Amino acid sequence: MSRLEFMQGNAACAEGALAAGCRFFGGYPITPSTEIAETMARRLPKVGGVFISMEDELASIAAVIGAAWTGTRAMTATSGPGFSLMMENIGYAAMTETPCVIVNIQRGGPSTGQPTRAAQGDMLQCRFGSHGDYSTIALTPNSVQEMFDLTVKAFNLADRFRVPTFLMSDEAVGHMRERVTIPDSVDIVPPAPLLEDSLPYEAGEDGIPGFAPFGSGRSVHVTGLTHDERGYPDTTDPEAHDRLVRRLVAKVESARHDIADYEVINPDAERVFVTYGPPSRTVAQVMRDHPDESVGHLRYRVVWPFDESALQEFPDAKVFLMPELNMGQMAREVQRHVDQPVVPISKIGGELHTPAELLQALEAHR
Amino acid sequence: MIAPDWLREDRLPHIYCTGCGNGSVINCTLAAVEEMGWKRDETAFISGIGCSSRAPGYILTDSLHTTHGRALAFATGVKMAKPDVNVVVFTGDGDLAAIGGNHFIHACRRNVDMTVICMNNQIYGMTGGQGSPTTPTGAFSTTTPYGASEPAFDLAELAVAAGANYVARWTSYHVKELTKAITTGMQTPGLAFIEVRTQCPTNFGRHNKLRSIPDMIEYLRGNAMLRAKYDRLVEEGADIPEGTFTVGELVRRRRPAMGVKQ
Amino acid sequence: MRHEVRFSGYGGQGIILSAVILGRAAALYDGKYAVQTQVYGPEARGGASMGQVVIDDAPILYPAVTDPGIYIIMSQQGFEKYGVAAREDAIMVLDTDLVRSRPVCRYHEIPATAEAKENLGREIVANIVMMGALVAITGVVSREAIERAVLDSVPKGTESLNTRALKRGFELGERA
Repeated sequence: MSRLEFMQGNAACAEGALAAGCRFFGGYPITPSTEIAETMARRLPKVGGVFISMEDELASIAAVIGAAWTGTRAMTATSGPGFSLMMENIGYAAMTETPCVIVNIQRGGPSTGQPTRAAQGDMLQCRFGSHGDYSTIALTPNSVQEMFDLTVKAFNLADRFRVPTFLMSDEAVGHMRERVTIPDSVDIVPPAPLLEDSLPYEAGEDGIPGFAPFGSGRSVHVTGLTHDERGYPDTTDPEAHDRLVRRLVAKVESARHDIADYEVINPDAERVFVTYGPPSRTVAQVMRDHPDESVGHLRYRVVWPFDESALQEFPDAKVFLMPELNMGQMAREVQRHVDQPVVPISKIGGELHTPAELLQALEAHR
Repeated sequence: MIAPDWLREDRLPHIYCTGCGNGSVINCTLAAVEEMGWKRDETAFISGIGCSSRAPGYILTDSLHTTHGRALAFATGVKMAKPDVNVVVFTGDGDLAAIGGNHFIHACRRNVDMTVICMNNQIYGMTGGQGSPTTPTGAFSTTTPYGASEPAFDLAELAVAAGANYVARWTSYHVKELTKAITTGMQTPGLAFIEVRTQCPTNFGRHNKLRSIPDMIEYLRGNAMLRAKYDRLVEEGADIPEGTFTVGELVRRRRPAMGVKQ
Repeated sequence: MRHEVRFSGYGGQGIILSAVILGRAAALYDGKYAVQTQVYGPEARGGASMGQVVIDDAPILYPAVTDPGIYIIMSQQGFEKYGVAAREDAIMVLDTDLVRSRPVCRYHEIPATAEAKENLGREIVANIVMMGALVAITGVVSREAIERAVLDSVPKGTESLNTRALKRGFELGERA
């Protein structure tokens, strides 16, 4: 029996994590993500999990990675400044192929910016924010229900691909309350185990090594240094580095069509909105209030790895309109893949695009 | 002598310089682990960045070689998520006292049940001999070419003040005492902090007229003073030679601890 | 039909909780859709607090409130910041004693705080009195739904006090 709740987005995210089997949360309070930590603090001890308030965000993500290596599903949640502090260890998680979930309830930046206002300004940071080449997965919910559903999905993707996975939400969705259906149980896909005759960092065709968490008797050495298939540092051989880092990127990027999750409305359209997160709701409102077959909508629920093939679902598109709560971050990525003009409709300051604003943009591109 | 099955023989030779003190500390630690009867599959070695932090890479257990300064935060995650694992952290003075200082204080405050061994060579060794927060005032390094002008941190006293349940300090010369201290630390629930003053002839000795290994060891031995003797001298108002540091057990207590195996 | 409802007062009056209760009543007990949002400032107490709810028979897409048709105003500062621009065909329910100004739109004065303090014995339930009045005046949710949502949301041991406050609000609303 599933149950219905009228719940805040942040609380739904925590409930999704618990349903997915998350049993470790390390975090540091920061607006507008704090309700996630508060919910986990209340709920985790009752299900045999561990909540720990760390001394800062560097420590929070470090503790999460440590917990993940015991085979425990682990998560942290933060916002702008805390996300910036996590960057070094996010690179470590990518390099060591540690499955973990990082929730970013985005607020206005740079710096301390607007703690209580919504933004989507960290979309490139979650992909490129740590140094070096790597790849990550990022999901973008647009409702309280998706805060639950996509958190569950984030854990499964993190485990399957052994990669830090981001729930890139924002203050608007994190703090809004809506009806949400909480199922009794959810599908949990654990990481593939390390096979007896495989080395700890030896991957098959999919590029993903089997996972042997601490205590499984494999004496795995985990290091952020460039390492060989045994996990041992090999920091000077150009080929060792090339082989490792290209695999880290390819295991995610080559699976992008498989990881992809998007919605297509009116594929014959000439003017196509491309969205992720809450601007998609304003677009949907405009399309409901002003039906027009020449207007289409592509909404990404998974933003990274970016699935460019979704854009091909609109063969007649003449222009792509991209309302984002930033100054055109994902519009850059979209423009890389299409010949048609990509028009950023950027809005910063903390409020969602209004239907009137998007109607105006549509008119301007008739 | 350590049973060879605790070492990753396929990782040898190691990166440590001739005369480095880190080998002695690893040896003493593994002797303590054997004394405890810990199993390899139930033990994890965790470290940050620096010469000392390479140690887990030579030990045949699950091992987590992490980012600079953050070893204790990673270790907190491991131990809290799985208290059955015996956790030992190797760290150095730069890793622990500079970039990781905040984690050090909070790990001691939480008193997470783990053993933290700091190889304090009073220098950034891996990057070539820069001054660290424990470089003695007046000592030379590549970034203190006119002598260090800042006072040094006393790491063991810091751990006592921050709440660790067991704190001791020895040197790489005092191998028997060190092994015993590490064993006692492992037996004590809560965070055990053992500071080991250790020699770095390559990067500390070279700049401070202690180029030879025996000179460096004599420097450590000669400046070490048993805590009881030090306290007595202070009480008597006697002169204490410059450069003296205390060795011995600084605290053993039973504050509430976290992550203790049930 | 889409209804946009805005609550404002000062921090500590339970303004945001009121919005949550209304949304809950609509979404869980009236079979409608509801989205509740709020504006946070740095103050935990005092200041002008504001919570809003969108209620609709159809799924709510655009979640923000842009032009409320219904206002519940419980402080002068709240009126000045969040109520003064109410459009002429809006309905405003205001606390008689805490709001000095009067809007250009249709309004109803409810002495909720005085009622809560003097007749119910606890000033803290003033927001529930206002809620009762709001439901009686606008019918934006059913009385059964709001009663269940109130009981879900208040601390244990205060159920009967809050039920009395709500019922008193219904009466004041009917008369207003």
